[in-house]
Amino acid sequence: MTAAQILTLTIDGKHVSGLAHETLLQVALENDIAIPTLCCLEGLSNQGSCRLCMVEIAGTTKPQPACVTLIQEGMVVITQSENLRTYRRTIIELLFSERNHICAVCVANEHCELQTLARDLGVDHISFPGRYPALPVDASHDRFVLDHNRCILCTRCVRVCAEIEGAHTWDIQGRGIRSLITADFNSPWGQSTTCTSCGKCVQVCPTGALFEKGRSVAEMLKKRPSLPYLVSNRTREQQ
Amino acid sequence: MNKPRLATLWLDGCSGCHMSLLDTDERLLDLAARVDLVYSPLVDCKLYPEAVDIACIEGAVSTAEDECRLRSVRERTKCLIALGDCAVTGNVPAMRNTWGTDTVLRSVYLEREALAARIPTEDLPLLSDKALPLHTFVKVDFFLPGCPPSADTIFSALTALIEGRSADLRLNTGFGT
Repeated sequence: MTAAQILTLTIDGKHVSGLAHETLLQVALENDIAIPTLCCLEGLSNQGSCRLCMVEIAGTTKPQPACVTLIQEGMVVITQSENLRTYRRTIIELLFSERNHICAVCVANEHCELQTLARDLGVDHISFPGRYPALPVDASHDRFVLDHNRCILCTRCVRVCAEIEGAHTWDIQGRGIRSLITADFNSPWGQSTTCTSCGKCVQVCPTGALFEKGRSVAEMLKKRPSLPYLVSNRTREQQ
Repeated sequence: MNKPRLATLWLDGCSGCHMSLLDTDERLLDLAARVDLVYSPLVDCKLYPEAVDIACIEGAVSTAEDECRLRSVRERTKCLIALGDCAVTGNVPAMRNTWGTDTVLRSVYLEREALAARIPTEDLPLLSDKALPLHTFVKVDFFLPGCPPSADTIFSALTALIEGRSADLRLNTGFGT
């Protein structure tokens, strides 16, 4: 990359600037403009799959995900509009209807990003009929549990395991609505030969899908590791 | 001016939402002075009356009887509130939807070394195969999620509706908690 190039743009009517390699989401956050996110986590690669950070950009007809859209000179961006709010509420409602999210009896109650987003975005009911799928709970690991009922397939666990821990125990199996998080080649978590039991996947999981064994309702408070800090320390050690 | 006619209903829920209503403590007296409580598990009235202004319904719809009651309440009520997560999403009663009512009944009453192993049927309405939220069956005017919604939330909602301020109703409540 050449010398850092500074670009200027407008977000929600506010004139802001950022470096050419920054995303819309980064520049928005630096300027205290809040955009809801779910799959995104600082320190991990962005895959733009949850679609909550969709924003409107003047001159394009389709909303774009802010986490994977690089800023451009003169961009005019809107992060809050009635359309965007409707899309975001719909995404949350679809996530709730897809699996068995029962906040009242969930280990992550009161500490869940899906639950908080629903509240913040004013989702007061789910307009879609629930699917109520019969999904397994993998409690084969000594210390942790994977409950597919609460999983929203954000893949934070997959990315933190592959990109930070370097174990790549987790991956996705299946397609579309039948996709599942899977350890190694679909083995019970407790029998995984690659898992280091570091627990990063548990701590980055936004919902109650991954939790520490023995936690009861509302007891699973996640300790988000500072991933950029881990990475920078490691890079320094290697030099 | 006539006082608004208020009703509350208890379907498939744990009564926690009604407990939360009672948790408004001394404010109950304010409420009582401003409404006519015409039907509720808290008052002795067997039949749901006509021309009710506001009905708060707790619980999911779990039996044909629940559905029948809900539909008749809808017909006789101006403003229908889904009170609490069971009424809003199905919540805990809807946990049986994954496996089906038969499987769950057999598991609870027959397969757990019960003392007198039989599925109770006498004087009880038959459970439908799924427990579902109110809006699956009728139009709901307001959703008050929460398990249960706090006393403050219920009080604010009722006060706003009594005073006709429902349009800008924005309550600090959500699923669970």
